[in-house]
Parts: sequence; structure tokens; C-alpha cells
Amino acid sequence: MKTGMVGVFIAVFCIPVWGQQTNAPDLAAQNAALEQKVRDLEDRLIALEGKVRMLQSTPPAPAQPAAESQPAAAPPAEPAAAQAQPQVPVPPAETSPVQGQSQVTSTGGNLPNYGGASSAAKALNPDVSVIGDFIGAAGNTNTPPLATLQPFPSLQMHESEIGLQAIIDPYARGDFFMSFGEEGVNLEEGYITFTALPGGFVAKVGKMRSAFGKVNMMHNHVLPWVDRPLVSTNLVGGEDGIDDAGFSVERILPAPKGIFLEATGQVFRGDSADVFTAANRSDVSTVAHLRGYKDLTESTNLDLGLSYARGHNDAMLLNGSTGDFVTQLYGADATLRWKPLRRSIYHSFVGRTELIWSQRQQFPVEQRAFGFYTSADYQFGRRWFGGGRFDYSDRSRFDNLTDKGAAATLTYWPSEFSQLRGEYRFTHYAENRDSHEFLMQLIFSLGAHGAHPF
Amino acid sequence: MHKGKRLFVSLIAAGVLLFPTLASAKKLNVVTATTDMAALAQEVGGDRINVEAIAKGYQDPHFVEAKPSFLLKLRQADLLIVVGLQLEIGWLPPLITQSGNPRVQVGAAGYLDASQFAEILEIPQGVVTRAMGDVHPLGNPHYWLDPDNGRRVAKGIAGKLGEIDPADSAYFQERFQDFDKRLTAAEQKWDAEMAPYRGRKVVTYHNSFTNFARHFHLDVIGYVEPRPGIPPTPSHTIELIGLMKRENCRLVLVEPYFDLKTPNSIGSATGAKVLVYLPSVGGEKQVTNYFELFDYDIDLIKKGFQ
Ligand SMILES: [Zn+2]
Repeated sequence: MKTGMVGVFIAVFCIPVWGQQTNAPDLAAQNAALEQKVRDLEDRLIALEGKVRMLQSTPPAPAQPAAESQPAAAPPAEPAAAQAQPQVPVPPAETSPVQGQSQVTSTGGNLPNYGGASSAAKALNPDVSVIGDFIGAAGNTNTPPLATLQPFPSLQMHESEIGLQAIIDPYARGDFFMSFGEEGVNLEEGYITFTALPGGFVAKVGKMRSAFGKVNMMHNHVLPWVDRPLVSTNLVGGEDGIDDAGFSVERILPAPKGIFLEATGQVFRGDSADVFTAANRSDVSTVAHLRGYKDLTESTNLDLGLSYARGHNDAMLLNGSTGDFVTQLYGADATLRWKPLRRSIYHSFVGRTELIWSQRQQFPVEQRAFGFYTSADYQFGRRWFGGGRFDYSDRSRFDNLTDKGAAATLTYWPSEFSQLRGEYRFTHYAENRDSHEFLMQLIFSLGAHGAHPF
Repeated sequence: MHKGKRLFVSLIAAGVLLFPTLASAKKLNVVTATTDMAALAQEVGGDRINVEAIAKGYQDPHFVEAKPSFLLKLRQADLLIVVGLQLEIGWLPPLITQSGNPRVQVGAAGYLDASQFAEILEIPQGVVTRAMGDVHPLGNPHYWLDPDNGRRVAKGIAGKLGEIDPADSAYFQERFQDFDKRLTAAEQKWDAEMAPYRGRKVVTYHNSFTNFARHFHLDVIGYVEPRPGIPPTPSHTIELIGLMKRENCRLVLVEPYFDLKTPNSIGSATGAKVLVYLPSVGGEKQVTNYFELFDYDIDLIKKGFQ
């Protein structure tokens, strides 16, 4: 950077020298040379600007709105000036780091930036995001006492999720998601990902949603529904799911050309919602997942998965002592996606099904429960999505009790950062009770732009 | 035992001796976020690199899906070139994390943010909020549509390739010099072709045209989007129609990934022509390199103004 500046100064001093040689015969050649000099200067300035941008994510800010944000207000009949406008603030931003460090540090004295990732302090702070999830519910609940599915209250600030994410160094990144309910706080996930391990391995250590199937991995705000499918609720711990402290190792496996194959192995403490309970240190749970993926065409793809989980459960013996009982879960999932690339922001389709088998040892006999959901979601406009879901699931502790249900959703996106969703949900409980519910959900996100899950 | 040791040592020696030749014979695998970066990398990388882009040229680069199949490309990459300025923020970070490839992690030697080489316009000043739109919080990331930026980025890529593969550094510099010459010649032609339309007014759907307009002295008076990344609203459309009538703007340029309904209704209300222009290489089949991109667009715009 310093040598660049020296170059700039030399060039600046050269210009008057060139200018004085007016009695030289070839003025045109001189002008061309001058022009070349100016272009070189410009290139140097732009290179410097780039370096400064890399050093500090936001340039020092003379208060002036972005030219692009007010296109309609651009001054008429002044094309040249209008086009030059974005460039005007450049020289001060450019020279400031050279004049001393004061200018750089003074960015801290400006108004705070609420643009999340663009904030000036970003170089040191993680990306911060907050996602609010408000749910309203109406209709009869009619929930039987033994049902796993719990009704939503009439109005609820269901969850406020705070995300803190940063690249730690070229070898690792960190992700934290704190989930604030109306009363308690829960570390939904908090883990480090080692991205630079030899042999193509990727490892995570911390607390994380396990890789059992698809829905278990998803945070509430990325679900295509307000609620979770019955099979998640009855067999895999519902909203909390298999979410535990431990470590995870994944690797892409060799496969025929065009096929993506990935294996994940995870070991956890063994405490997850009502699925796994660790009475002893040795009661760790394990999760394994195999994923196969193929692009069928550039707009259509198929995603298949097999999952397995094993851990100890909370079943007791007759005398009330824990009985070293084990729960094993088997899962299969299939997702078909369609998104035409030329109109990707307007139309898409996702069809998905997950089948889960649960073998729960308990006194007096092991319970073998099965459940699944099948869903389809279609985006029919840039901001509109409609979907449906069919639910069927036994209960893990009573495999002779089967709940069934269906749901229809309509989702509207005012922008990428907010979402309004309505869901009609019908549930037929094993106890022969029916419930009809209307759920309304408003999700809004602040701060850093998170990546879209796939 | 001794024999075995000697054999082992000589094998290693042979390996060490062979390695550099193998390494220089091996092509660098370059993966780029967009086709334009791939085209520029190809210009300077020549036959010493294999280059592949993730997003297609007719796809909205802001909204690409993070498909696992991209991981198959990324995990083999020696160099990943991104457009930067948060253009890829919605899809690239998880791919990088999951790639299991230490070389292309952010901050590693094989990660190159090309925006550092380019002249960036529309850098928001002061307080940045989402009320300004969904995208472009760090400045306009569609900078490659200024040939001068293409030259600067190509130069930066040539430097980076030389860092990763020092044996071919001179080759990459030579390729850059050649590209520079061809681009300068092409620029003179393009400038001459566009000269008659200097100062003409256009409207674009998204503000992906800013750098092009500045280079060729066109005047973008407004956008179909009320804010970058925000879909058109009726009130904004009415306002835009009024503005276009007052300013006598005769041309609406639309990126290939946007719906034409709103632009067409603007066109019929104002009498302006509505044309699909290409912001990226590969937007149409016949546009296969950086030069053809400008040839195509300049041809289109000339027809649009006639
Ligand atoms: Zn954009």
C-alpha cells in the first residue's frame, strides 16, 4: 500500500513537468501520454480503494444517501453529474488512511450501522442476527391427555433466536444460536466447525441439531410450516429434537460422476428432549447419516437420506429405577426439488417425505412405532408460497396409538427478511378426537444476512 | 532391512524429483462464483487452468441455491474466485464451510475476493439499513460490466494464479498482457459504437447496469425495482412511468432472470422499448466470453436506441 502511495505522489509531481513542455512538437502524443498517466493514476487509486475496503468493510461516512437508493430522485437533465456522483466521496475515503490512523478510528464515532454485516466494526465482531417468531392460534384443540402434540397458546412470542456467526480463522468458523422463549433461554446450537482438516473431513464440536433426517436439522424459521410434522413430535422430540452436546464428523465420499455422497457420524452426551436420557456417562448417543444427491436436470434434483440414531431412554423398571433401556431410530428421507434457473426467484417446488421407525425398549415390552409425513410446497409468485402436508405417526411409548393429520399453508414474503404464514391444521388423535386449528405466524429477521438453507 | 531402507530413500528421492514436474504439469482447478469471473480467469489462465463457474449466466447471482453438487466442484478447487460485496452471501458461505477443502476457506491462499481490484460504485454512505433494499449493502457488486474493471480483475487474478503456481507466473502475466491489448482494442471499438448514444437515458430492472452505464456514458434514470432486491410495487411503477415520460426515456433493460410483466406494462405506458440485456457471460448460448458479452449488449442497446 505504501509503495502504491509513493507511486501516486511521483505521478502527481510528474504531471506539471509534462504540462510545461508545451513547445514540444507533438502535442497529440503528449496528450496521449498524459491521458495514459491519468489512467494509471486512476488504476492506482482504485487498487488502493480496494485494499482499504478489504481492511475496513465500510469507508468513513460523509452522511449522504446511496445514489442507488433513490433512483427516482436523481436530478433530471444532468446525466454527467449524476453519474459522477457515486465517485465524489471516494477521494476522502481514499486518502484518509494515508493521512494517519485518526480517520480510520473515527469511524467508531459515527452513527452505528444497522446493516448487520456491513457495520464498520465487523472486522472484529461476529455477524449478529435476530429472528423473531410470533405465533397466533385459534380453533378447538381437543388434545387428549396422553398426546405428545401440545397445542399453541392463543398468542405467543414463540421464539426469539439470536445468531452469532463468524469465521474464526482460515481453519474454523463458529456459530451460536440462542433461542429465547417467552421465559427461558436455551442454547439451541453453539459449535465450532473445523473446515481445514486433512482428508476432506469437516468436524463440528459443541451443541448442535443432529443430522437425523431433514426436519430435525431445521430451525423453526426455515420450516415450510408453522408447526412440525406429527412424526417429529411423536418420535424425534418435536421442536427441540435430537439436539445435544457432542461432536460430528462428515466427509464427502467417492461416488460415480455427478452423484454427491456424504456420510456423517455424530456422538452426543445422550440427552435429547424425550427421546434420549443419559443416566450414566457411558450412555452416549450416536447418530449416523448418509446423504445421496443428484442433479437430474439443471433445475431438478433429488436428495435421498438414510439416518440412524441410538441412545438410552428414560424408561423405568417396575421398582422405579432406570432400566438401561435403549431407543433406536431409523429414518429415510427423500426430497425432490424443482427450480427453473431463469425464473428462480418466482417459481419453485419442493416435495418431501420422511419415514421414521422407532424401537423403544421399555417395560414390559419394546414399542415399535412408525410414522411419516409427506409434504409439497409450491412457490407461485415471487412472494407467495402454498403447501400441504399429510401426517401419520404412532406414539413412541404406545405403538398401538396412531395420530393422523393434515395441514395446508399459505406463505407471503413482504421481503427476504419477513414472512407471514397461515396454516390450517387438522389432527385426528388416536383417542378418536379431532382438532381443527388455524395458526398464524409472523417471522422477522434483523441484522446479518444468513445463508439460505438447502 | 538395509536394502529396504535404501529402496525407501531412493523412492522418496525419486518422488521429490518427480513432484515439481508433476505439479507443473497439473492444471490448477479454479472455481468461480459467476461466469464472468470464470471468463476473466480463463483469459489469463489459458490452458494451465480448469475453470468452472457455480452460477449460470442467466441466473440471478443473488439467489443461487447451495446445491451439494457444487461441493463436488469446490472440494477439488485450488482457487475460488468470488465477486464479493455480499453478492453471494445467501448461498456461498455454507458451500465453502461444507467443502472440506482447506485451500478455499475465507482467508486462505486459495480464496480470492475479486471486488478488491475493481472500481466500486454506489457505496452506501452513512447509516445502512434494510430500508434501502435487500441487497448491495457494501456497494454495487455488478462491477464487471465496465471493461476497465474487467481488466483490473483479470490483472488481479493473474497475480493470484502466479502466487499459487509460481512456475507459471510468467505465463499468466503474458496472458494478461495479451488480454489487456485485445481488450483495449475492443474498448476503442465499443466506445466508438456507443459514442452516438452518449447521455441517452435508460431504465433498468435491477441496478446491475451501473458500471456499464458509467463507462459508456449512459444515464440510468431509474429502476423497475423500488429498491435493490425489492420486487416492483404499483406506486413505484407509476412514479417511474411519470419520470420516464418527463425525461423522454425510450429504453428499459431487463436482466434475463426477471419477469417481463411489469417492464412490458411500463413499456406500453411510455412507448419505451423493453429489451433483455445480459449482465453475465453465458446469459445466451452464443455469449461465451468476456468480449462477446459486450458485443452482445452493445449491439442490443444500439438497436434499442434506433
Ligand atoms: Zn444486485
